[in-house]
Amino acid sequence: MSDTALLTASASELHQMLKARAVSSEELTRLFLQQIEAHNGSLNAVLTVCADQAMADARAADRQFSNGEGTVLTGIPLLHKDIFCTRGIRTTCGSRMLENFVPAYDATVVAKLKAAGVVMLGKCNMDEFAMGSSNETSYFGPVKNPWDTRCVPGGSSGGSAAALAAGMATLVTGTDTGGSIRQPASLCGITGLKPTYGRVSRLGIIAFASSLDQAGPMARTAEDCAHMLAAMSGIDPGDSTSADLPAPDFSAALTGDIQGLRIGLPKQYFNDDLDPAVSEQISKALSHLEAAGAKLIEIDLPHSHYAIATYYVIAPAEASANLARYDGVRFGYRCENPADLEDLYLRSRSEGFGEEVQRRILVGTYALSAGFYDAYFNKAQQVRRIISEDFRQAFTAVDVIAGPSAPGVAFQFGAKQKDPVSMYMEDIYTLAVNLAGLPGLSTPAGLVNGMPVGLQLIGKAFDEGTILNAAHRLQLDTDWHRATPDMGGRAA
Amino acid sequence: MSWEMVMGLEVHLQLATRSKIFSGSATQFGASPNVQADAVDLGMPGMLPVLNEEAVRYAVMFGLGIGARIGERSVFDRKNYFYPDLPKGYQVSQFFAPIVCEGTFEVPLEGGSLFPVRITRAHLEEDAGKSVHDIFAHETGIDLNRAGTPLLEIVTEPDFRSAEQAVAYLKALHSLVTYLGISDGNMAEGSMRCDINISLRPAGSDELGTRTEIKNVNSFRFVERAIYSEYERQADILDAGGSITQETRLYDAERNQTRSMRSKEVANDYRYFPEPDLLPIVIDAAYIDHVRSALPELPGAKRERFVRDYGLTEYDAALLVPNHALATYFEAVATTSRAPKAAANWILGDLSGALNRSELTIESCPISPERLAGLILRIEDGTLSSKLAKQVFDALWEGEGEADEIIAQRGLQQVSDTGALEALVDEVIAQNPDQVAQYRAADEAKQKKLSGFFVGQIMKASKGQANPQRLNELLLKKLQGQS
Repeated sequence: MSDTALLTASASELHQMLKARAVSSEELTRLFLQQIEAHNGSLNAVLTVCADQAMADARAADRQFSNGEGTVLTGIPLLHKDIFCTRGIRTTCGSRMLENFVPAYDATVVAKLKAAGVVMLGKCNMDEFAMGSSNETSYFGPVKNPWDTRCVPGGSSGGSAAALAAGMATLVTGTDTGGSIRQPASLCGITGLKPTYGRVSRLGIIAFASSLDQAGPMARTAEDCAHMLAAMSGIDPGDSTSADLPAPDFSAALTGDIQGLRIGLPKQYFNDDLDPAVSEQISKALSHLEAAGAKLIEIDLPHSHYAIATYYVIAPAEASANLARYDGVRFGYRCENPADLEDLYLRSRSEGFGEEVQRRILVGTYALSAGFYDAYFNKAQQVRRIISEDFRQAFTAVDVIAGPSAPGVAFQFGAKQKDPVSMYMEDIYTLAVNLAGLPGLSTPAGLVNGMPVGLQLIGKAFDEGTILNAAHRLQLDTDWHRATPDMGGRAA
Repeated sequence: MSWEMVMGLEVHLQLATRSKIFSGSATQFGASPNVQADAVDLGMPGMLPVLNEEAVRYAVMFGLGIGARIGERSVFDRKNYFYPDLPKGYQVSQFFAPIVCEGTFEVPLEGGSLFPVRITRAHLEEDAGKSVHDIFAHETGIDLNRAGTPLLEIVTEPDFRSAEQAVAYLKALHSLVTYLGISDGNMAEGSMRCDINISLRPAGSDELGTRTEIKNVNSFRFVERAIYSEYERQADILDAGGSITQETRLYDAERNQTRSMRSKEVANDYRYFPEPDLLPIVIDAAYIDHVRSALPELPGAKRERFVRDYGLTEYDAALLVPNHALATYFEAVATTSRAPKAAANWILGDLSGALNRSELTIESCPISPERLAGLILRIEDGTLSSKLAKQVFDALWEGEGEADEIIAQRGLQQVSDTGALEALVDEVIAQNPDQVAQYRAADEAKQKKLSGFFVGQIMKASKGQANPQRLNELLLKKLQGQS
C-alpha cells in the first residue's frame, strides 16, 4: 500500500494490516509524524507533537502483535484535542492562560484510549476553551482547512478535524458543547460523533459548559467511530454525571440494515438559513438512505428557533463559573508585577483570555446576576426542557432525525469574526442536540464547490448504535467519506 | 428607651468525615500546609467533584436529630466569588434546595424548661482554604488543607431574645452533634463557628430593626460577650437617634467590641446557580428509616432516662448529659457501683472539681470509671468512712492503684468489728471515770452532749476508723451500764 493510502486508510483497514504484519505501528507512526512535520507549518492543526513517546508506544504495540495480541485500536496513530489533560504533556486548551500548563493526570478518555493501545502522536489546536466555530479564537493562531487553506476548518475541534482530513492521524478526539465535533467534521469532510451526555466521562476534560460538554470520536468512517466510542465510554466513578451503563460493542450495531428505519426531517432544519447547494447535497444523501429502505417523515421541532438564545445563556453562565479558577493564583497565566489582588485578577484574566472567551464570561456573569437570573438563566433552563420535550415527542414517531450539520460549507477567514451572532449561527442545527443531551453525528455528504458538506443524524438518548448504523449504510453506498483534500507534496 | 434584642444564628459545623466532601483528601486538623489538598481541592482544570456519601448521612442524622423535614431532592449550587483561598472561584453549597428543611429544636434552659428554636434550614457545603498573612513578609500564604472540608450550615429563625438563650442553643447544638458523632464540635479548631444576626427594636414592637451580622465567633463565652457588646453599641446609636447600618462585623475578643468588616451594600452578588457537575441528592423514606434506626440515644432522651432509671434529680441529669463523655462516664460508674446517686455526687463534686483544677476534660480523667466505682462500693458497704473516702479519692487521682489496694495499704478500713470496738470503748470508759459519773447523773439532753466527748476520744484512739454508727450503739449501751 502506498504512503498516501496508509495516511488515508481507516483504522479498521490498518488493523487488518497490522494484524497481518503487513505494516508495523512503528512504520505508521513514523509516516504520520512525517506528515505532521510536512504540513503542520501551513495548517497549524497540531500544537504539540510527542514523537519519542509515540515511537515507544508504537514499538510496544508491535510487540503485542508479534505475541499474537493486539485489538482493533492497538498501534493506531491518534491525536487528542488539546482540551484533554495529558499527564506530563502540556495541555493548553488553545489559551494563553494555559500556555505552559502541564497536568499531573490523564483525562479518563486519554487513559481509556491508551489502555486500548492507540499511539498518541500529540495534541491538536482548537478554539480557545472550545469557544468558537472557526478555530479563529485560538491563542496559537487559526487552523487552516486542508481543503482550502483560505477557509476555516470549523470549530472548536477544528485542529482535530483538519489534522484528520490532512492525514496527520487515523483517529482524533474532539469535544462538542454546541456542535464542536459535528460542525468541523462537516467542514472538513470526516465522520464525527457527539455521544449522549453521560456516555463518555468528562473527568480530565477542561470544562467549558459542564451540562453540555461531551467528548466523542472523529474518524474516517462510522465504523472507526464505533470502535473508538466503545473504548471511550463507560461509567466513571470520578464523573458523577457519567451514565451507569455498560460500554456496548457499538460496531455490532453496524449491520448496514436500515430497512424500515424511520428518519424524521424537521421542517425547521430545511429553511432559509440553509445554503441551497448544501440542501441539495443533504437531499441526495437522504435519497440514498431512502433507497436502502429508510422511510423519510417530515417532523416538527416547534421550539428549534429558541435553541441559540437558550444555549447562549446557559453555556456562558456555566463557563463564567468554570473559568473563574483561572485567577493567576495557583496555576496558569499570571500578569507581571501585580499591584494588588484586584490588579492580579484583572490583568491576569484580561491578558490570559482572548476576546471571545471574555465576551462569554461577561455574558454568563450578566445572565446569572441578581435581578437577571430569572429573566435569563432560569428562563433558559425552562426553554431547555421544552426543547428536550420537542425531541422526545418527535422520537415517538421516528428512530433518527436527519438534517444538515452546518448551514453552509467552510467559509473564509474573517468572514464572520466581526459578527459574533453570525458566527453563532454556524451551530444552529447542532446546539439543540446538546441542550437535549442526545447523540448526534456528522457524516460526509459530498462536496459543494470542492468543499465538504455534512449530514447530521440525531438519535435517541444512548442509541448511538442506530445513527452509526445509518451513517455506515451511507458509507457503504457512497464514496463521500473517502474524499480527501489534495495535500500536494503528501508524505514528503 | 428600652430595647429588645432579636437574634438569629447561623452555625457552620464541620462534619467529622474522614475525607473531604468532594475529594478523597484527608480532613485532619493541623497538618502541614497543602499536604491535604489534591487536584480536586486545588481546582485544577478538568477535575470534578464526587459527593462523599458520609457527609449526606451526617446531614440526615442531624435533620432527624432535631426532628426536621429532610429534603427529598436537594441540589448543590455554585456560589461565585473571587478569593485567593477559594480555588475554583466558586463554593459548592446548597442555596435553592437544602438537604435539611424546617424543624424545631427543643433547647433545655437552666431550671429544666425547654425553649423551642425554629430551624430554618441546614445545608451542605464545602469549606474554603485559609489565607495566612503572618508568615511571609510581603506575601500572603494560601493553605488549602481546609478547602473542601464538609460543612453543615445550620440557620435559625430570629427566635432569640437574650444572650443566655443563644448560648443555651449553641450548647444544646454542640451536645446534639457530639452525641450524633457527626462533628467533634471543637470550637477552638473551628469545627463549630457561629454567625450572629442581631437587631434591636423598642420593647413590645413586632417589627424587626436593621440587623448586623457578627461573623465567625468561636466560643460560647465570646458569643455571650459579642452579643452584649453589640447590643450596647446598637442601643447607644438608637438612643442617640441614629440608625443602624446593615453590615458584617467582627468580634474582637481582646477589646471586647465588634467592628465593621464590610458593608452589605458592596457585598458580592454570588450568582448562585445549580452545580452541573453533581447530581441532585435524592433521599427516599427507606434511607431515612435506615438512618433513623441507627441513631444513638440523644440528649433529651438520656436526661429523661437518667431521672427515671437512676433516680437522679433533673438538675443533676441536666449537668451530666450535655457532655456525652461525661454521661458515658457516669453510666459506667453508676452501673458498676450500683449507687447512681453517689456516682452523680462524686462526679459532679470532687471529680469535676479536680478536673477543673487540673484543666483536664473527662476524656483525659486520670481515674477510670471502674476505679471510682470501686471507691463508691467501699463506702456503700461500710468499709470506708466518707471522711476517709476523700483520702482514697486523692490517692486514686494520683494513680496509686485500685481503691481496695489503697485502703489496705493505708489501713483505712473502718473498724466495725464488735470485739475490737468494744475494747476501744471499754478502754476509754475506764480512763475517764469522772466523765462517766457525770454522764450517768445527767438528764437526757445533757447526756447527748456528753456522749460527744466519748465519741471523740474513741475516734482519736481508732485513728478515725471506727464505724461511727456501730460505735454509737456500743457506747450508749456501756454508758448506760448495760454490761
